[in-house]
Amino acid sequence: MTDIYGPVTDWQDDFDHAVPEYNERAHEIWAEFQASGCPVAHSDRYGGLWAPFTHELVHEIAYDTDHFTSQGVVVNTGRPLIEAPVGPAPPITSDPPFHNIARRLLLPPFSPKVIAAWEPEVRRLCRDLLDRMGEITPGESVVDAAIQYAQSIPVNVIARMLGFPTEDEELFRGFVHDVLERINEPVEVRMEFMQRLDDYLTAQIEEHRENPRDDLTSYLLGVEIEGQKLSIEHVRGSIVLLLVAGIDTTWSAIGSSIWHLGTHPDDLRRLVDEPEVMLFALEEFLRAYAPVTMARLVKDDHDFHGCPMKANDWVLLPFPAANRDPAQFDRATDFIIDRQENRHGAFGLGIHRCLGSNLARLELKVAVEEFVARFPSFAVDGDVTWSVGQIRGPRRLPVRVDSVA
Amino acid sequence: MRVTVDSEKCQGHNRCFALAPELFDVDDYGTAVVIGDGSVPAELEEKARLAVANCPEFAIGIEE
Ligand code: HEM
Ligand code: SF4
Repeated sequence: MTDIYGPVTDWQDDFDHAVPEYNERAHEIWAEFQASGCPVAHSDRYGGLWAPFTHELVHEIAYDTDHFTSQGVVVNTGRPLIEAPVGPAPPITSDPPFHNIARRLLLPPFSPKVIAAWEPEVRRLCRDLLDRMGEITPGESVVDAAIQYAQSIPVNVIARMLGFPTEDEELFRGFVHDVLERINEPVEVRMEFMQRLDDYLTAQIEEHRENPRDDLTSYLLGVEIEGQKLSIEHVRGSIVLLLVAGIDTTWSAIGSSIWHLGTHPDDLRRLVDEPEVMLFALEEFLRAYAPVTMARLVKDDHDFHGCPMKANDWVLLPFPAANRDPAQFDRATDFIIDRQENRHGAFGLGIHRCLGSNLARLELKVAVEEFVARFPSFAVDGDVTWSVGQIRGPRRLPVRVDSVA
Repeated sequence: MRVTVDSEKCQGHNRCFALAPELFDVDDYGTAVVIGDGSVPAELEEKARLAVANCPEFAIGIEE
């Protein structure tokens, strides 16, 4: 891989979230920015990048669709070719007024009641993955909770929803990795792997046109905006979005939650002894370990609280940092398993609120419940590695199993 | 006590529905609505406050 930028020497003026150190030390880096006089980082990398770290500023930008466009939401070396208000992957890359039209098409299949019906399926999948870990010797066996468990859950669920072959699991993870983690590679390289993804999806869409069935791909091919079927670009863009938004995000949330329990035995015991606490624990996992940082592009040159922003600069929206801002949350850096007041923004704030949040919550809840039910006592044991880029979560998570239920 | 939902602010995080399904429902688009006229029986007042404390968009109001 060719990283065109190299290591960061100064977080304030040469910021880069795609160096491995960033996600490893994220909590420290955010706290430093929040305590410093200037909570906004800048960098000339990626053609200009800003990163504010307080809840107040993140909130302000998330609501300000006049000065910031969603046309690009993943910082990288290039700039999106399809313009707002539609953008390459509607509705996440869309701006008002088109955003709401594209979003409303996708809301019903992700509504709380439709998603709740998936629970037995998700539970079966989790149990199956636990079974496949084979013979466990308590106190000795080490399993990788990221590789053998977390990473397989969301990819299987979304592949089934879209009606894609679940055997292509590895391929989907590869696509998502290319889009989200290989952000500092030359534009030509990025164009090549985006083309591979497009080609795969075009073939799937063709196959669904010939054999329509009860899945999201057929649904997208059938719906209309003002009497018109969606363009192939819109259908493909929305599928790219569901794949990219649905996989690494949730896998990261599951992994970080298991990491927390494997390093905080008191919280693990509480969850085992009092499963009802999950109602609050789920939200605290999401607050304290929110996996998703989004981005915007600056629409026109303007001054943002003293920062001279230029048209087409990237701006990161680190919801995970906002969730740990002491100006917004009591004991912001502590994990309080039954936190009663929790207005976290893990799923974003404003009009782009995560459309998959009901599914993500279901997957996270069931995955943690099933893991803890099978392994009531476990501890992180070995080297953990973290993802790079806007989605933060463990990619290797060795866990020693100390008891099996 | 009565609860209200400001439909302009609500973005469908569904926290209210998860915490107090006796007081809130959600439509097919994930937007919250109060059940009935929003009146809160005494035994559900705690849950109503919990819903307020967990709505990220500050969309839920309480009239005492
Ligand atoms: C824990 C897991 C997840 C987290 C933390 C998360 C987080 C987010 C965030 C922060 C946004 C806001 C984007 C913005 O402001 O630009 C978003 C949007 C979105 N997410 Fe998720 N997400 C998760 C899982 C999922 C899943 C499982 C799906 C679906 C399969 C999904 C689908 C979407 C879609 C379609 C949007 C775009 C909504 C719009 O632009 O109106 N997400 N997500
Ligand atoms: S918690 Fe707030 S934003 Fe979410 S559905 Fe309820 S009222 Fe709407």
